[in-house]
Amino acid sequence: MGIRYLTPEFEVVRNDARCIRCQACARQCANEVHRYDADLDMMLSDEMQCVNCQRCVSLCPTNALKIVHSDCRLRENANWDNAHIREVYKQADSGGMLLSSMGNPEPYPVYWDRLLINASQVTNPSIDPLREPMETRVFLGKKPSRIRRGENGELDTTLTPQLELSMPVMFSAMSYGSISYNAHESLARAATELGLYYNTGEGGLHEDFYQYGPHTIVQVASGRFGVHEGYLQAGAAIEIKIGQGAKPGIGGHLPGIKVGADISRTRMIPEGSDAISPAPHHDIYSIEDLRQLVCSLKEATAYTKPVIVKVAAVHNIAAIASGIARSGADIIAIDGFHGGTGAAPTRIRDSVGIPIELALAAVDQRLRDEGIRNNVSLVVGGSIRSSADVVKAVALGADACYVATAALLALGCHLCRTCQTGKCNWGIATQRPELVKRLNPDVGSRRLVNLMTAWNHEIKEILGGMGINSIEALRGNRLMLRGIGLNGKELEILGVSHAGE
Amino acid sequence: MSESKTQTLTIDVSNMNYVELNEMVRRSEGDVELTGCLGQRFIAAGMGARNVRITGVPGNALGAYLNGARIEVCGNAQDAVGDTMNAGTIIVRGGIGDTAGYAMRGGKIYVEGNAGYRAGIHMKAYQDKLPVMVIGGCAGSFLGEYQAGGIIIVLGRGAGVNGKPIVSNFPGTGMHGGKLFLRSDCADILFPKQVTARPATPDDLQEIVPYLEEFCGIFGWALPELMEGPFTLVTPDSSNPYQQMYVPN
Repeated sequence: MGIRYLTPEFEVVRNDARCIRCQACARQCANEVHRYDADLDMMLSDEMQCVNCQRCVSLCPTNALKIVHSDCRLRENANWDNAHIREVYKQADSGGMLLSSMGNPEPYPVYWDRLLINASQVTNPSIDPLREPMETRVFLGKKPSRIRRGENGELDTTLTPQLELSMPVMFSAMSYGSISYNAHESLARAATELGLYYNTGEGGLHEDFYQYGPHTIVQVASGRFGVHEGYLQAGAAIEIKIGQGAKPGIGGHLPGIKVGADISRTRMIPEGSDAISPAPHHDIYSIEDLRQLVCSLKEATAYTKPVIVKVAAVHNIAAIASGIARSGADIIAIDGFHGGTGAAPTRIRDSVGIPIELALAAVDQRLRDEGIRNNVSLVVGGSIRSSADVVKAVALGADACYVATAALLALGCHLCRTCQTGKCNWGIATQRPELVKRLNPDVGSRRLVNLMTAWNHEIKEILGGMGINSIEALRGNRLMLRGIGLNGKELEILGVSHAGE
Repeated sequence: MSESKTQTLTIDVSNMNYVELNEMVRRSEGDVELTGCLGQRFIAAGMGARNVRITGVPGNALGAYLNGARIEVCGNAQDAVGDTMNAGTIIVRGGIGDTAGYAMRGGKIYVEGNAGYRAGIHMKAYQDKLPVMVIGGCAGSFLGEYQAGGIIIVLGRGAGVNGKPIVSNFPGTGMHGGKLFLRSDCADILFPKQVTARPATPDDLQEIVPYLEEFCGIFGWALPELMEGPFTLVTPDSSNPYQQMYVPN
């Protein structure tokens, strides 16, 4: 109260004429917003606790509820907006660093929305993907830069290990711990059915999910949680996590309170102990050191699996990627500043890193200029929101895209951005059994398969419109893109002409 | 660890490329002895129960992800010995470089000489797995950084010579689990705020006697002399050191 009081951000609007006192809202809300008062025979609301996750709205059988932004706000100020003032209050009260979830929500440019895709008219006719074969399959890994022949002139077809994807999308890293068992199961089953891959994140691989290993990318981060010989063997590829777009340059930290029995087993650490993944790998200070980790993983798996190095998109990303391409890595994953997270300091999430579109264009160009583009495949994420974003990313030079937020939305996430509380009412970013069971993996995996199937159809339609019948033929084909409303420097970095040119 | 079932295969690895060397070791069955080793990396990476004996100096990441093998080095070893090892034993009859036992979860590393920087960083423990590292000589800076479990013992032979301390700067920084035993009163050692360093009691030392016995057996050191101490025990104050840092936004 008084100086410590923060006005609620949201208001629960209950249509009393429709409310039948069934108390579904009270049972559904882990934040304990709703409460039935028997004396008054009324549902009451504690709006302070509301995060606007829409769970109660979605489950109310009589549509009696809506959540609106409270209009009890401070006086308008274009400089000191409400958010900045509230953040000062919170820090003055607690002395704590501000902690947020999911991707950067601030109004920075989204370059995907400033890029337009070409289509054929009259000449070079478009292709109808419903009637004609259309290839969206891609292979990730090192490609030979020239044709090699044996002693007798026969073609040398040996390749280093490749990942085969039925379409240029994978589910990006989310650890068991940051998301639930049922969310992981949904991703694993969907990836298997789709012929794609999901990624364990740095939290290890649950014993139940080894069966999905051929469609799993196992991650190795600075804390090495759950990393052992069997884990490395289980995955189709190994990803070294250097950084992520939501929090470049800082580490991960799963609080001990979230390390229950099952997570403890998967991460292979004691229950209740903090799981600390520091910002740097303390054995990596150079590309040569990175090469050592890449090669040690390859040695431990007898050169049977591609190794991915994942970094956040930061200012010098082109030079960084050039180094990684020389480290022996097969695939570089770059995560833009819109990438999501289960928890990141607000200031880092919202102020550090660069847009993935610019990073991708710069990296692809740099690797081409240096003649090493075929040494690696490029995978980009953070954030890819639609099939059109995928097509634009491929045209800018990506081999494939990583999606995570879109996948979580398919699983029921309503982007309330409070994953860090561990009280996700949709059963995704939580470890509480009564919440986790709300996400049915049968339904979740089906919805993921639906989403990706729909995107794949759309990708084929867009490709067909351009008169292209293979996604590989679009990669790095920036003539298929035009900028809209971009300045000369932006167009130069993206390597595209302006619309009308 | 592993009884030899077949004859030991001896390979002269001098001038051999590491890829070729490791492939040869992987393909062979039973125990191997590598002679003339000079800087080849990743030897025995991920290896299960086997005996590997090395003369010379193996390169970085010896026994990375080790999963049960017993490695014995007659010579020094370089950086990242036993990186992320899960089980097994690594014995080094010499000194080792930096980041030995990075995130090791199980098994034992016995080093007769000195260790470089960041020995035992991220060392963990898990269920019945208790990683143990014993360093006969002195350790460099950041010993046991982010240690989350397991036991690191530094015996400090040679400490004081030319002013060399038993452990250099910042031991136990970020430590949130496990134990550091230093055979010294540590009067001149500066520890970070979040750990407690106190003289080890006879009860404390009971826990490490079996490892010291094994160490002495391997290197021919005298246990009673070692046990005279004094030993300092370093433990973290909390397994949740960063709880109070954040406010939900």
